[in-house]
Amino acid sequence: MRFGVVVFPGTWSDCDFHYVISEVLHQPVRYVWHRERTLNELDCVILPGGFSYGDYLRAGAVAGRSPVVEALREFVSGGGLVLGSCNGFQILCEAGLLPGVLTRNECLQYRCQSSHLVVENVDTPFTRGLRAGQVLTMPISHGEGKYYADPETLARLKQQNQVVFRYADANGRITKASNPNGSLDNIAGVVNPEGTVLGLMPHPERASEAAMGGADGLLMFQSLLGSLVEDGSFLKR
Amino acid sequence: MRARVLVRLKPGIMDVQGAAVKRALAGLGFSELNDLRVGKVIDIDLNEPTPEGAHARVGEMCRQLLVNPILEDYTIETVDDLAPRGAAR
Repeated sequence: MRFGVVVFPGTWSDCDFHYVISEVLHQPVRYVWHRERTLNELDCVILPGGFSYGDYLRAGAVAGRSPVVEALREFVSGGGLVLGSCNGFQILCEAGLLPGVLTRNECLQYRCQSSHLVVENVDTPFTRGLRAGQVLTMPISHGEGKYYADPETLARLKQQNQVVFRYADANGRITKASNPNGSLDNIAGVVNPEGTVLGLMPHPERASEAAMGGADGLLMFQSLLGSLVEDGSFLKR
Repeated sequence: MRARVLVRLKPGIMDVQGAAVKRALAGLGFSELNDLRVGKVIDIDLNEPTPEGAHARVGEMCRQLLVNPILEDYTIETVDDLAPRGAAR
């Protein structure tokens, strides 16, 4: 499975993703510069965290209109998979590839801490190796991670089962205290209706080896690989 | 032509920045404050001879990049002079 890790000016998790994909998963991976428009040979494109273009105007706003993100639209309509983490999630929302928007944390503080996520939707290539209700532990690190969508969009998200992860306590209970940023309904990650574009605020790449303090993030990558091997359609593209 | 875009959070969207500024002002003794919301000003100088033309182009800029319609409302004014109006000295 061929991965691309997009690098914008100000991206900071690109090397972490590259490391996990090449050294932990042993899959082919290359960096994709933000001016690139050719993604054809890739199976999965990663939008890593960071502060693309300094997060000027709004988090992810400028990156959301960059050449590589324009190319992503065609990549997605051709069946390509996209994973956006942290700033990558913000970029996908700003680009309209995912519904909703990420705004300033309700507490006004930058939050860098471990978080628990309960898995809501296991019907995506990113989560099919997980159990519904399973609790994952991954770090978050952001100042603008409060997910917001208008009531109609939220109703549609729920109806189409597009909420993939929600912030929870260690036992999987969705509580106000376990919501680190004020996200609507504790939403931590959503997927497009087709299940091929996933955005989440937590960092799976920072929880992918025991030496990092946990490897729950790796479960997402392993789901992805399992889906592709079983399905095979991505390998033929 | 010069244009000024005022971007505001929509009514009903919690403005955490505004709330923090309001608390700080209250701490300075401005207890009469009812509400305070923080917005953005974007001043644009563009090659467009008419206010109508400038309005249309800047509107397009707002829709494509400057404003996120999920969160924000905006107004566009075309102005002759972008010096701060009524700036305190």
